[in-house]
Amino acid sequence: MNAIFVMLLGLGAMFLGYVFYSKFIAEKIYKLDPNFKTPAHEFEDGVDFVPTNKFVLWGHHFTSVAGAAPIIGPAIAVIWGWVPAFLWVIFGTIFFAGVHDAGAIWASNRNKARSMGSLTGDVVSKRAQTLFMIVIFLVLLMVNAVFATAIAGLLINFPSAVVPVWGAIFVALIIGQIIFRKWMGLGAVSVLGVVALYILIGVGPSVPLTLPDMAMGLSDNAQWILILFGYAAIASLLPVWMLLQPRDYINGLQLFIGLILLYGAVLLLGPDMTAPAFNANTPEGTPSMLPLLFVTIACGAISGFHGLVASGTTSKQLDKETDLRFVGYFGAIGEGSLSLATIIAACAGFATLADWEAVYTSFGQGGVSAFVEGGARIISEGVGLDVGISETLLTVMAVLFAGTTMDTGIRLQRYIFQEWGNIYNISVIQKPLVATILAVGSCLLLAFGAGGADGSGGLAIWPLFGTTNQLLAGLTLMVITVMLVRLGRPMYVTLLPLIFLLIMTVFALIIQLQGFYEKQDYFLFFLDIVVLIAAIWIILEATATLSKVSKENKRNLQR
Amino acid sequence: MNIHSIRQWFERAGELVNEFYNAPYRSAIARAKRDEDDLFMLLVFSEMMGVPNPAAYYTLELQPLMLERFHEWHQRMGMEHSPLDHFRCC
Repeated sequence: MNAIFVMLLGLGAMFLGYVFYSKFIAEKIYKLDPNFKTPAHEFEDGVDFVPTNKFVLWGHHFTSVAGAAPIIGPAIAVIWGWVPAFLWVIFGTIFFAGVHDAGAIWASNRNKARSMGSLTGDVVSKRAQTLFMIVIFLVLLMVNAVFATAIAGLLINFPSAVVPVWGAIFVALIIGQIIFRKWMGLGAVSVLGVVALYILIGVGPSVPLTLPDMAMGLSDNAQWILILFGYAAIASLLPVWMLLQPRDYINGLQLFIGLILLYGAVLLLGPDMTAPAFNANTPEGTPSMLPLLFVTIACGAISGFHGLVASGTTSKQLDKETDLRFVGYFGAIGEGSLSLATIIAACAGFATLADWEAVYTSFGQGGVSAFVEGGARIISEGVGLDVGISETLLTVMAVLFAGTTMDTGIRLQRYIFQEWGNIYNISVIQKPLVATILAVGSCLLLAFGAGGADGSGGLAIWPLFGTTNQLLAGLTLMVITVMLVRLGRPMYVTLLPLIFLLIMTVFALIIQLQGFYEKQDYFLFFLDIVVLIAAIWIILEATATLSKVSKENKRNLQR
Repeated sequence: MNIHSIRQWFERAGELVNEFYNAPYRSAIARAKRDEDDLFMLLVFSEMMGVPNPAAYYTLELQPLMLERFHEWHQRMGMEHSPLDHFRCC
């Protein structure tokens, strides 16, 4: 099948979802009120609470939720064929992610813009709040370990990207200074920054850089992982304006440029989907598609991480309540479209089926590298850019996204450690440096614990990461459902996705548990059990709360 | 379309880009700035709290300027009323 058809079908379906389904959700379920005084107006302070233009807010929300995860997940999941991945991304975006993201903003907006964690404590129970914190910690831990492994793999596979990737950090540092010291306007700086980045990308292929295969008893993979965590630790200790802010900004621009370039190239070239629609010939060791597909693609279909962004920062800047339909739901569609582009790149970017199968040799292999290779071929043949440069371009895009997430992830984890130090009165942990070392240490433990000494198996925890992320989404959906029940509104739009998610995650956890046991990977076996306990706990908590709330409702009706 | 409206359009676009750059980190940066201001406040009022300050003669002049923010500051520091005996606030 032609990729243009797949692209139009996917984008068209998501657009219809926005026009019709989100309208239904906004008007009939959440009953958005344009006259509601949003927290941004009620508590306006110029710091946290600032009413913001809805397009700016959408751009901010979209670029903070779309990172490397919606690329890695679908790129791994197409191993079962492109149709299952395509369907889950499209239907997930329309019926799960959009409802979840918009709902998270709505719930927070109606509760003084408080974060999802503290909302859980109020709406559901204190126990659920503790659970929420545990799940967040697990998600952060895994995201850092997985992303470090993914970046290391990319830098080894595409040595041409090494110079631009690290060069981009220097570009960001310089931009940060220029803007902070007000030497130049933002418009001029943006143009300069993007031009500098693309010059680096153009230069990259002529100065490929590789690390020695073995140094001090460490493989090149392990060396990169150590370097990356070292970098993330330093970056997370710097003030945000110095590196994180300009880097986020460049990433945001890159995201738009990358999406336009990929979709434009697909339109110009019109490649065929060479990968099988349903792969009957999956490599040995590939787990069953049901339920693993639904946890392998987390971001791009539904992701709990969005709830954190939605309730943490987006809800504090909402100008009008009705804006959240565009910001939340369309933000989810933006991410869905990135996942769709990934599926097309990884499935239509190979000349023959044999080429494709040569990349997808085992579960967890291929992945981002397939996205880069396939996407590069589409861009180079469609737009006429050199293959080496196209590859470098896409690698830089993926690595920068993942890098920023790591940087933020370590920072957030440091805050959690510092908070623990505060709660349990351990003053050492409250120091930023000590907390950062603890955060990096726990991530390294996971990266190497999961994949052995060379750290190459870190991607083995990808499905586990997806599962935990889904659980977080489940918790958010639970909060929204309870709120809807209390208001006497229909709850099925959030309850059905919640039930589906919980069934799939528990099912996936049990299957993975068996896999880890057979591989005698007791480290991941143990981690799986921890997540499984959290999942069962959530199910119990959800059942108890919902039955309690609906009983209360009935009693109120009888009166 | 005249030059004027094009220019207005550019200015508006520039504002939006600026907002796009600043919005995500507005609170983090404002908080860091507030921390610095708090330290400065402590410096200005240090003599009153029994902390010797060689620049006290000069910081005395700054006290009326800082007065507006004094109330906010002592509340943020967890003190309901002014901590200084001879410096009532609320």
